[in-house]
Amino acid sequence: MNILEVYDLTKLYGDFKAVKGISFAVRQGEIFGLLGPNGAGKTTTINMLTGLARPTRGKIVYLGTEYTHNIKKAQHLMGIVPDESNLYPELTGFENLCFCGALYGLRKRERSARAELLLEQFGLKDAKDKKFGEYSRGMKRRLTIAAGIIHDPPILFLDEPTTGIDVASARQIRSILKDMNKKGTTIFLTTHYIEEAERLCDRVAFIVEGKIIKIDYVEELIHPVKDRNILILTISGASDGIEETLSPILPDFKFKRLSNNEIRIESERPIRPGHIIRILEEEGIDVIEAKRMRATLEDVFVNITGIEAQEMKKEKEKKAKEG
Amino acid sequence: MKDWIAFFAIFLKDIKTYYLKPPNISWGIIFPFAWAGMFFIRTGGNMMDVMSILPGVMSLSILFGTTSMLSVTITFEKKSRTFDRILLSPIPLGLIMFAKTSGAILFGIVNAFVPYLVGGFFIDLSQVHLSVVIASIVLISIASTFMGLFIATSVSEVFEAQTFSNFFRFPMIFLCGLFFPISKLPLFLRPLSYIMPLTYGVDILHGAINHSKTLPYAFDFAVLFLFCTILFYISLYNIKKRWVL
Repeated sequence: MNILEVYDLTKLYGDFKAVKGISFAVRQGEIFGLLGPNGAGKTTTINMLTGLARPTRGKIVYLGTEYTHNIKKAQHLMGIVPDESNLYPELTGFENLCFCGALYGLRKRERSARAELLLEQFGLKDAKDKKFGEYSRGMKRRLTIAAGIIHDPPILFLDEPTTGIDVASARQIRSILKDMNKKGTTIFLTTHYIEEAERLCDRVAFIVEGKIIKIDYVEELIHPVKDRNILILTISGASDGIEETLSPILPDFKFKRLSNNEIRIESERPIRPGHIIRILEEEGIDVIEAKRMRATLEDVFVNITGIEAQEMKKEKEKKAKEG
Repeated sequence: MKDWIAFFAIFLKDIKTYYLKPPNISWGIIFPFAWAGMFFIRTGGNMMDVMSILPGVMSLSILFGTTSMLSVTITFEKKSRTFDRILLSPIPLGLIMFAKTSGAILFGIVNAFVPYLVGGFFIDLSQVHLSVVIASIVLISIASTFMGLFIATSVSEVFEAQTFSNFFRFPMIFLCGLFFPISKLPLFLRPLSYIMPLTYGVDILHGAINHSKTLPYAFDFAVLFLFCTILFYISLYNIKKRWVL
C-alpha cells in the first residue's frame, strides 16, 4: 500500500520551474530516497509534501486521501526533520521534545514519557537538561530527529539528515533510522550522499533540474553494473597522458581521470592490477595505490545523470560549512 | 482539545522564553515610569495632572511593549527557522498566530497596569470607570500586538522589524491625541489620526479616567475591534503568501 502518492507535482517561482511535474509513490514501511545535486528541487519537493510550499500544479495523496490544497490536515501523519536543526536553543533537550509533543496534541504525561524514551533511544539521556544551544552538531541533529518522531508518525521526512555532522554521529543516525524503519515508520529522505542512500534506502529517485529521471529499487539499479570491475589508481605525478598510454594496450578497458593524480579503470572483464602497474612503471609512472572497487549506486547515478557525485558532495559540504 | 494543548504549549513557551526574562520584566516596569516621568515634568509636576497623563502613559506602555516584543520575536524565530516547526504542526494557522500573540497581549495588559497601580498611590482613582479601563486596555493590547504581528509578517530581518515598528509608533504618539487633542491638530493631519487604532483606545481611556472624550464608547470599541480583525487577517494573509511559498 502507498502511504504517499504524488502526481504531476510542479512548483513555479515566477518564471523559474523548481519542480517540473514529478510523479512517484512511497510505499508503506519503506525507506525512499530522493537523490540529486544542489538546486535539483529536493527541498522544494519536501516543502510541498509537508506544507511549507504550495504546489503550482499536481496532486498529493496521503493514505488514499488527497491533501494537495489542505496539507495541514495531513500534518499529523508526518514527522519533519529539516536540513537545519530548528529547535529552540534556550530550551533543554527534554523541554524541546515536550514542546514538540504538545504541538501534536500529546498530553503532559504522554509527551514526558515519550520524550524520556526518545532521549534514551537517541543516546541523549545525559544531555536531557542541557540547553539545545549547547549541544554539539551531531547531538542537535539527533534531537531534531527525535522531535520529528515524538508523535510517532507513520511517515518521517528528512532533508539531508547527515549533512555537516561528524562520521560517528552520521553512522549513529543511520542506525537510528534503520531501527525506526524496522519498527514500521516509513522514511522519505533527501540526500546528496549516494553511498548513504545505497546503504539506507529500499528505493531511490534521481532528481535533476526539477525532474525525476529514474526511480527504482537500489538493488535493481545496481544489478546491471554489479559485475563491472573497477580499479582506482593513484599515481605519484600528474595523470596526463595515461589514458593514451593504456588505451592501445587495453582496448576493452574504459579510463577516466578522477583528479590530477587519480585514474579510474573500468571493464566487464577482470582487471589484473599487477599487469597495469607493470605497464605504467615501464612508462616511468609510479603507482602509489591501486584500489579494487565494486560498482555502486554512485556509478549508476553518474551514468544516468552525467553528474559527478564527488562534485555534488563537495558542493554540499562547502554549503554546509558556510551555513 | 489537541489544538488547545498546542495553543497553551506555544503560549507558555513564549511567556517563559521571552516575557519572563529579566530584561523584559524590567522593561515592563521601567518603561511606564519613564513615560510617566516625562509627562509629569511636562505638566510642571502637578499631582492633579497625573489623571490627565495616565491614559497616555498606559497607551504608550502597551504600544511599545507589545509591538517591540512581538515583531522582533517572530522575525527572529522565522530567521532561525524555529517558527517553521510551529507552522508545520497540525494546528490551524489562525490558532497558531493567536497563541503566538497571546503572550504579547498579556505583556501589554500587565505593562498598562503598572502606571495605573502606581498612580493609585498618588491620586484617588475611585472616579475611574474600571471596567471600561480594563476592556479598553485589553482591546488596545490586542490591536497593538496585531500591529506587531503585521510588522513581523511584512519584514524579513530583525532590524527591519524595529525600523518598521518606529515608522508606525512615532507618528501615533503625536497624532492620536496623547500630547495634543486631535481638534487642535492642523486640519490636514486629522484624517491620519483617525486611521490609527491608538486614537480610539486613548479616547476610551480619557473618557473612563478623565470623563472627557470626543467619540461615543460604542464607536471607539467597534473601530478598535475592526482594527484588530483587519490587522489579524492581513497578517494571516501575509504568512500564507510570504512564508508558505
